Amino acid sequence: MLEILLILLKIVLIVVPLIIAVAYLTFMERKIIGYMQVRIGPNRVGPKGLLQPFADTLKLLLKEVIIPTNANRYLFLIAPILSLAPAIAAWAVIPFGMMEATETSPAKPLALTNIDASLLYILALTSIGVYGVLIAGWASNSKYAFLGAMRSAAQIVSYEIAMGFALVGVLMAAQSINLAEIVNQQSGGIWQWYWLPLLPLFIIYLVSGVAETNRAPFDVAEGESEIVAGFHVEYSGVAFAVFFLAEYANIILISMLTALMFLGGWLSPFESIPVVQDWFTWVPGMAWLLAKTCFIMFCFLWFRATFPRYRYDQIMRLGWKVFIPITIIWILVVGVAIVMKLPPWFDAA
Amino acid sequence: MFTQILFYGYAAILLISAILVVSARNTIHSALFLVLAFFTCAVIWILLRAEFLAIVLVLVYVGAVMVLFLFVVMMLNVNLEPLREGFVRNLPVGILVALIVAAEMFLVLSTKGFKLAEQSELALVDATGYSNTKAIGAVLYTDYLYAFEIAAVVLVLAMVTAIVLTMKKSVNTKRQNPGHQVRVKRKDRIRLIKMDSEPVNRKTGDTKSDDAEKGDVK
Amino acid sequence: MIHALVTAQSVIAAPANDYGLALPEIIMLSAICAILIIDLFVSQNKRIITYLLTQATLIGLAIYTIHYILHISTATEYTFNDSFIRDFKGDVLKIAIYIICFLVFLYSKDYLRERRLFKGEYFVIGLFGVLGMMIMVSAASMLILYLGLEVMSLSLYAMVAFNRKSSVASEAAMKYFVLGAIASGMLLYGISIIYGVTGHIGIGEISSYLGELAKSKTTMPLSLVFGLVFILIGIAFKLGAVPFHMWVPDIYHGAPTSVTLYIGTITKIAAFAMVVRLLVDGLGPMHKEWTQILVVLSLLSLAVGNIVAIAQTNIKRMLAYSTISHIGFLLLGFIAANENGYSASMFYVITYAIIAAAAFGLIILFSRKGFESDNLNDFKGLNERHPWYAFMMLIVMFSLAGVPPTVGFFAKLHVLQALIKADIGLTWLAIVAVSFAIIGAFYYIRVIKLMYFDKPVTEDNTPITAGADMHIVLSVNCLLALGLGLFPGALIYLCSLVFTPAV
Repeated sequence: MLEILLILLKIVLIVVPLIIAVAYLTFMERKIIGYMQVRIGPNRVGPKGLLQPFADTLKLLLKEVIIPTNANRYLFLIAPILSLAPAIAAWAVIPFGMMEATETSPAKPLALTNIDASLLYILALTSIGVYGVLIAGWASNSKYAFLGAMRSAAQIVSYEIAMGFALVGVLMAAQSINLAEIVNQQSGGIWQWYWLPLLPLFIIYLVSGVAETNRAPFDVAEGESEIVAGFHVEYSGVAFAVFFLAEYANIILISMLTALMFLGGWLSPFESIPVVQDWFTWVPGMAWLLAKTCFIMFCFLWFRATFPRYRYDQIMRLGWKVFIPITIIWILVVGVAIVMKLPPWFDAA
Repeated sequence: MFTQILFYGYAAILLISAILVVSARNTIHSALFLVLAFFTCAVIWILLRAEFLAIVLVLVYVGAVMVLFLFVVMMLNVNLEPLREGFVRNLPVGILVALIVAAEMFLVLSTKGFKLAEQSELALVDATGYSNTKAIGAVLYTDYLYAFEIAAVVLVLAMVTAIVLTMKKSVNTKRQNPGHQVRVKRKDRIRLIKMDSEPVNRKTGDTKSDDAEKGDVK
Repeated sequence: MIHALVTAQSVIAAPANDYGLALPEIIMLSAICAILIIDLFVSQNKRIITYLLTQATLIGLAIYTIHYILHISTATEYTFNDSFIRDFKGDVLKIAIYIICFLVFLYSKDYLRERRLFKGEYFVIGLFGVLGMMIMVSAASMLILYLGLEVMSLSLYAMVAFNRKSSVASEAAMKYFVLGAIASGMLLYGISIIYGVTGHIGIGEISSYLGELAKSKTTMPLSLVFGLVFILIGIAFKLGAVPFHMWVPDIYHGAPTSVTLYIGTITKIAAFAMVVRLLVDGLGPMHKEWTQILVVLSLLSLAVGNIVAIAQTNIKRMLAYSTISHIGFLLLGFIAANENGYSASMFYVITYAIIAAAAFGLIILFSRKGFESDNLNDFKGLNERHPWYAFMMLIVMFSLAGVPPTVGFFAKLHVLQALIKADIGLTWLAIVAVSFAIIGAFYYIRVIKLMYFDKPVTEDNTPITAGADMHIVLSVNCLLALGLGLFPGALIYLCSLVFTPAV
C-alpha cells in the first residue's frame, strides 16, 4: 500500500512540474518570439506578464466545449485524451539524474521506473500519439480538420522512421537501450557526448523532433493560411486546452530526450577539464539536465521565429529522401567504428 | 493477486474489443477496436514479462501498421454494408469453424509439447540481470540467424515489388529540382534592357504605344 | 537463465557452422542486390546488360553446384545451427531450377521486350523467386521452409501483376495473392500445431520425435493429425491439387505468358522439394496418415485435370488443367511412400518441368507484338507455316500425353511401377490413373490434329520474330523430350541415387 502511495507521489512530482513547465513554455514562446520580432510580448497580467499563462488557462477552462453536428461524439471527446496520455506516460521512464550509491543500495537513476527497454518504451508511446490527431480530425466531421489530420499523421509517421533510426545509432554507441545507461556511457567531458560522434544523427533527431511535434517550420498540419488550424479546428475550451497541453508536453519530452541522448544528460559539461571541473562540483546534475533541455526548447522557438513554413511535398522529401538515407549511412559508420573500436568514443565497450 | 486482477481485467478488454472488431458497423470503429486489442495484448505480454515483444507490438502494429490502415480506411470511406449481407446466413458455418479451431487449440495446448506449467515457472525465475530484450537479441543473431536474414530478404523483396507495381514515370508530371531552385541567380530570371524613352504625343499626353502595351506599363 | 543457455549453446555450436555450405544462397542474394543497383545506372536500351548478368548468375551457380557434387561432396551437412541442410537431392533439384530458370528467362526476353515489360526488376524479382526456391530446397527447419515459400510466393504475385496495364493480369494476381495467403496461413497453422505438439521446429528433430512416438503407439495423436491435415491443405494449394486448384487456370491464363512459363515450370520443382522436406523428411513416420489424404487429392486431380482440360479453348488454360493432372501423377509417387516412389516422383517433376518449359516456350515463340497466340485455333494449320516448330510441338504434346518413346511415357511408367511395387493394395489407383491419362491424351492429340490436318483460320504468314539463341535452345529443349525418352537411364539413376540412404 505504502509502495503504491509512493509511486503516486512520484507521479505527482513529475506531472505537476511538467504542467507548470508547459504553461511557462507558452509564455516564453510569446515573449521570446516577441523579442525576436522587436515586440514586447504579453506584459499586462501580473508582474511583467508572468501570470499570463494562468489567465489563458482560466479562459480556456471557462469556455464552452462545442461538439459539431454529426460529429462522432465519443471519439471527438476521446481524441484529446488519446493525444495527452502518451505524452505524459512517456515521462515514466525518463531519468532525471543519478542517485549516489549508499550502503544499502547501488547507484540507481532518479526516475519513476528504471526499465531496461526504456528507449523502446518511449519510441512506442510517442508513436501512439498520432492516434489523437487522426481521430480528432476524423471525428470532427469537418473537411479542414480531416485534411489537417491526414497531413499531420503522414508527417508524424514519416519522421518517426528517421527518428527511430537516429535512436538506433545512439543505442549502438551506448550498447544499451536504457536511458540512464546511455547517459552514463557519455561521461568524460563535453567531447564524449554523443552530439559529436553522432553529429548527423543529432541534427536529424532535433529536426525530426520539430517535425514530429508539428511545429514551425513543419506546421503545415495547422497551416492557418490554408486549412485554418488543422486537426483541432473544431475544438474549443478544455478539449482544445488538452491538445495544447499534449503538444507542449511533447516538445518538452523531445527536448529532454535530446539532452539525455546527445548532450550528456545530467553530466557536467566541464567534466575532465582539470581546474574548471572543480568549480562546478556543487551544481546538481538535474540542473545541468534542465539547462540543456531549456536550450533545446529555446531552439524550437528560435526555429519558429526564423524559418518560413515548408511546403508539404518538401517536408516529405526531406524526411524520406534526405534524413532516412543519412541515418542509414551513419548507422553503418557507427557500426564500423564500434567494430574498429575507434577512440576516443568507441574504445570503451 | 494484483497481477491476476490486472490479467483478467485486460483479458476481458481484449476479448470484448476483439469481438467488436468483427461486429462494429463502422469500419473506423473496427480499426480502432483492433488498435485497442493490440494494445491490451501488449499489456498482457508485459504481465508475462515479455516486455520486448510487447513494446515492439505497440511500436510496429499500433504505431505504424494500424496508423496506415486507419489512413486508408478513412480516405476510402469503405461501405461495409454489402459485405455484411450474408452475415446471418453464413453465421452457422462461421461458428462451426470457430468451434473446430477452438477444439484443435485445446487439443494441442493440452499436449505435453507445450509444457506450459514448466515454462511459466521458468519465466518467473527472477534471475538478476536477466533481460528479455537481451535474450531475444542473443537468440536472434545466433540460433535463428538464417531465419532473420531471410526475413530481411522478404522485406527487401516486398519493397522492390511495391515500387515496381506502383511507380509510374509519367511524362506529364512536372517536377522541381530544389537544388536548381536554390542555386538560381538574379541574372537567370531578370534581364535588364536599356531603352530610350519614347516620344510623347503632345495632343493626348500618351506615348505612341498601343493599348495592350499601356496595360503592361501600368 | 535463457541468456546463459544461449551463450553456452552458441559457443558449442559455433565451430560446426560452416557458412560456406550456403554459398549458393549467399552468392544469389549478393548477385540480386548487385543487379538491382547496376540496373539503376543502365539506360533502357542497354537493359540487356541486366538480363545477361541474371543469366550469368544462374549459369555460374549451376556450374558451381555441379562441380560441388562431382568433386567436393554429396554428403548431407548442416549449417546455420541446423536450419540449413545441404544434401545430394537438394543440390540436384537446385541445378534443375537454375537451368530451367535460365531457359525461362531466355524464352521470355523477346516476349517482354515486345510488350514493354523488359525491365530490370522483372529479372530481379525472378531471381528473388529462385532464391526463395533455393531456401525451400535447403530448408532443415519448418520455419525456414515457410519463409522460403513466402519469398517465392511474393515474387510470383508480383510477376503475375507485372503488366500493370492488363486488367486480366491484375485480377489474376489478386486471386493468386488472396488464395496464396490463405494457403500460407493454413500451412503456418499446421506447422504451429506440429511445433506445439512435438516441441521441435527442426525437420530432423520432428522426424526423430515422431519416429519414437510411432514405435510406442499404434495410432498418432489426434492433434498431430490435425496439424498434418492443415499442412496438407497448404501443400495442396501450392501444388494446385484438386480441390484446391481453383487458382491454377485463372493465373495461367491471366498472367503474361512469360510468367506462366515461370510458374508452370520451376515452381513445380520447388513445390516437390517442399513436399519432400515436409512429408518425407519431417513427417515421414506419419506416412500412413498422409498417404490416405494424398490418394484422395491425387484421384481428384487426375479426374478433374484431365476431364476439364478437354473443354478448354485457350491453350494456356488447357495446359493449366494439364498441370493439375500431372500433379495427380506426381502425388502417386509419394503415395508409394518409399525411396522408389520418391525418386520416380523426382524424375517426373524434373522431366515435366523441362517439357512444360518447351510447351510454354513454343507458345511464346508463336506470339508477337499485339498477338498472344494462346487460343487453340491459332494453332490450326501450323504445319503449313512452320513445319519444324509444328514437329516440335508434336513431340511436346506427345510427351505431355505420355506417348512412347517420349520422356513423358517413362515418367508415368516409373511412378506407376513404384506404386504397384510398393504393394500397398493400391493397384486399382494405378489403373484409374492410366485410364485418366488415356482420356487426357485426347486433348493433347487434338492440338496435333489442329496443327497438321486443319486449314489456318487466317492468312497469316508473319515470320517468327525471335533471335537465333531462342531458336536453337528451344529446339534443343523440345528434342530433349524425345532424347530423354530414348535415353532416360542417367536421369533415372541420378534420381534413385539421390534417395538411396547414405551408407
